[in-house]
Amino acid sequence: MTLVSISGNLLFVAFICYLIATLFFGGAVKGSKPETSDSEKRWGRIGIIVTIVGFIANLAYFITRWIAAGHAPVSNLFEFTTAFGMMVVGAFILIYFIYRTPSLGLFALPIAIIIIGFASMFPRDINPLIPALKSYWLTVHVITAALGEAILAISAVAGLIYLLKNVDVTKRSKQSFWLEAVMFTLVLTLGFVASTTTFSVMDYEAKFSYVDKEQKDQEITYNTPPIFGMNEYKALTPGTMTPLAEMPPLVNAKKLTTVTWSLLFGVVLYGLIRLIIRKPIAAVLKPFAQKANSQLMDEIGYRAVSIGFPVFTLGALIFAMIWAQEAWSRFWGWDPKEVWALITWLFYAAFLHLRLSRGWHGEKSAWLAVIGFIIIMFNLIAVNLIIAGLHSYA
Amino acid sequence: MNNIICACGHENPEGTVLCGNCGRPLTKEAKDLKLADMRYEGSARRSQTYNKSIIDKIWNFFSSVKIGVTIIIMILVAAAIGTILPQVLYVPASTEADIAAYYERVYGTFGKIYYELGLSDLYGSWWFQTLIGMLGISLIVASLDRFIPLYNSLKKQRTRRHESFMKRQRLFALGESVGQETLTKSEAKLKELRYDVKREDGALLAEKGRFSRWGPYVNHVGLIIFLFGVMLRALPGFYVDETMWIREGETRAIPEAPGYYLESKDFILETYDKEQADEVFGDAIERVGTIASNYQTDVVLYKKPESALPGQTENLEEVKKESIQVNKPLKFDGFAVYQMDFRLDELKTMHFVLSNKATGESLGDLAIDLVNPETTYDLGNGSSVKLLGYYPDFSGFENGEPQTKSPVPNNPAFLVRMTTPETPKGETSFVAIKQTVEPLGENAYKLEFQNVDTRDVSGLTIRKDKTLWILALGGLIFMIGVAQGSYFNHRRIWIHETKDGQFAVAAHTNKNWFAIKKELDQVTEAAQLPLYKDQQDSESQELKKDGEKSS
Repeated sequence: MTLVSISGNLLFVAFICYLIATLFFGGAVKGSKPETSDSEKRWGRIGIIVTIVGFIANLAYFITRWIAAGHAPVSNLFEFTTAFGMMVVGAFILIYFIYRTPSLGLFALPIAIIIIGFASMFPRDINPLIPALKSYWLTVHVITAALGEAILAISAVAGLIYLLKNVDVTKRSKQSFWLEAVMFTLVLTLGFVASTTTFSVMDYEAKFSYVDKEQKDQEITYNTPPIFGMNEYKALTPGTMTPLAEMPPLVNAKKLTTVTWSLLFGVVLYGLIRLIIRKPIAAVLKPFAQKANSQLMDEIGYRAVSIGFPVFTLGALIFAMIWAQEAWSRFWGWDPKEVWALITWLFYAAFLHLRLSRGWHGEKSAWLAVIGFIIIMFNLIAVNLIIAGLHSYA
Repeated sequence: MNNIICACGHENPEGTVLCGNCGRPLTKEAKDLKLADMRYEGSARRSQTYNKSIIDKIWNFFSSVKIGVTIIIMILVAAAIGTILPQVLYVPASTEADIAAYYERVYGTFGKIYYELGLSDLYGSWWFQTLIGMLGISLIVASLDRFIPLYNSLKKQRTRRHESFMKRQRLFALGESVGQETLTKSEAKLKELRYDVKREDGALLAEKGRFSRWGPYVNHVGLIIFLFGVMLRALPGFYVDETMWIREGETRAIPEAPGYYLESKDFILETYDKEQADEVFGDAIERVGTIASNYQTDVVLYKKPESALPGQTENLEEVKKESIQVNKPLKFDGFAVYQMDFRLDELKTMHFVLSNKATGESLGDLAIDLVNPETTYDLGNGSSVKLLGYYPDFSGFENGEPQTKSPVPNNPAFLVRMTTPETPKGETSFVAIKQTVEPLGENAYKLEFQNVDTRDVSGLTIRKDKTLWILALGGLIFMIGVAQGSYFNHRRIWIHETKDGQFAVAAHTNKNWFAIKKELDQVTEAAQLPLYKDQQDSESQELKKDGEKSS
């Protein structure tokens, strides 16, 4: 077995551990006894032990891949997203040992599982580094930024628990609508994983030639049945589906197709879930949040932001600027990824000011934490895949 | 100005919420609150005291956190809009007209509107810069407005606070103490927990981590310094941003760096070799294709001696030999030279043979340097070739005149006069790659193209930035401030004996209530203080009651 395949297996072990740990944390918060009772504590203890075992396997994946590649495994979308998922778990473990609350694990681990599952949909090869990435700042900047984002993500998890507990999902209200919308978005991510996995198991491939926006002839390979065709496309693989519509040169029809399939799978998945459970997902999850102490969740949410914000600033702005000065000759160039890092930073700055000076505690603070996480995920996914820029390495 | 005189006799400036001396609520609103609003210690801020002159009004506007947050959100939204389409900087067009055309051609009507609204250069627009400026003013004013009164009231704080202050704290207890020497025991425990303890007859104030309250102001100072550094860049002379193209073998003056010359020895482009790549990278290279591994220009840096006359480039002194790579700029005297771009295989010299068209007999060959061509090439045997015209980037004829698109030798062409012993008057010919035109009639001789020498060209960027240290200082101060404010907490615990022999305990922290509760638990146990209640956490109170009922 090569180091690379060992590394892949370790990641799989970590993934399974997180799934099992989620079940144990579920056991710790269900039932009528308070979270602090002995039997519940036992479930929680097993949960955190399994999480730590998973985290060690995850770290071992990271280190073995690092050794195999000769550079920190944070150089493409798969590697970065996986590292981010791992750090979410790390941040959870840290917060767990401060506050000892299993409810947090019950929600943090599934989020990490979705992130790692999402990551593995991207090409998993180890890339050799292009000249721009050959710098120790790659290690320093990316790892610090990911760590900051992961700690900030924990505040969103605490916020989500706060909202599940405190929003009355039986009534039609703005709050219950948006809470369900967050759940729907999570299901859409699963839709992306489901559609990508389905078509990759089927080994689907369709090659097209097309004309790009600079009027050059190009070729592209779809891994999903083409719903949308590229500008002036011609099918090169016989016997594949004919695209339903042709897109103008500006639109990357392949990405649009991937997004559409994810939406279709996601909507069907959500529909099925609703058919089976016959009420909003938030209503099903609500009992799992009932044990959590609102005041404590509010505090964890704030604490995570106040720990994560300086780390994020250091990694995503300061180290980023130093590296940009070294590699691109300017510390700031309004590249979309830079701008979105600034937007994330401004958002959390606003969060802190609203909380400290205008007394936005509790529910308002929880909503802000969830929105912050959405901005982080937008920067991770949309800016890399949709808005092209200097950072589009994946 | 009307001072407010508290029941304890202390005079407070107008706008004070909690008496600076005893902590009694002074306003009706503050009296109605179950829990005291402890922000800025309830002290009077300038913005709440004065509202008469225009300066007061401006001050009050910028001191508001609501306004500050609004500005932040506006910058945030504007910044996001600027990422919808690439900014002008990243668009492959240089003139205004080309840029406008580019947006419309590539992004359609939306692109046209985006360009015409000025969103394509959003970050350089006057209104975006104004927003940043307003944020800077807001940072200064809001910080001063809060820092000064907060500093004063924390400095002057009394040990004994009034009951009405105590009972409005989130953590509060009132009751009998069963033990002896309650205050002394509390003091010992608190000192063990690293609190600074002050005692005054029958009252105790324990405090730690006050410096964390200055964190926000320190980080704002850092931000202001940073923004100041950014502003300086708008003034001329603070930074250099130049590009230069340098060919292998050339020595050129470095733009904006007087006295410095750079010689390019070699440009190197390396790619990952699939054959040599181990199994680790094999898949990636197979999927992506060629992956570059290195862009490098080997250079020698020279400095002109002090004594040299202007324009004189002999006797340059070698400063250093270095390889400029991406991520490894050449640094000297505050300048940095970056490997940014390259052109491979630019034509360097063209080799021709002058030959007789009929017999094919050669009269000798010549090599034309495409950057500095000579005017006449003497072939020795009485034959020569004279360059009448040189068109480095030949693009066709216009009114019979050959044209050149650029001074770069992409497609060189020559108008030549060939003189041989047989044709002493000379024959005129126009020679380009794969093309020969004889404008003045049939010639007996021709200039036959043999081959070319090529060389690579490196695109380098030259930077000097005198503001970097200011930006770095601002960043450093910001990080210190933000760590100070985030990773430390200001905790205070007040204990005093009431007139009827009971003990009142109150505690306050600016954050991390979880930790202060743990500490207060320890003090409560050590000194047998009355059990405190978290007056904000109704859930755990209920839980405790439930627990009591069931047990």
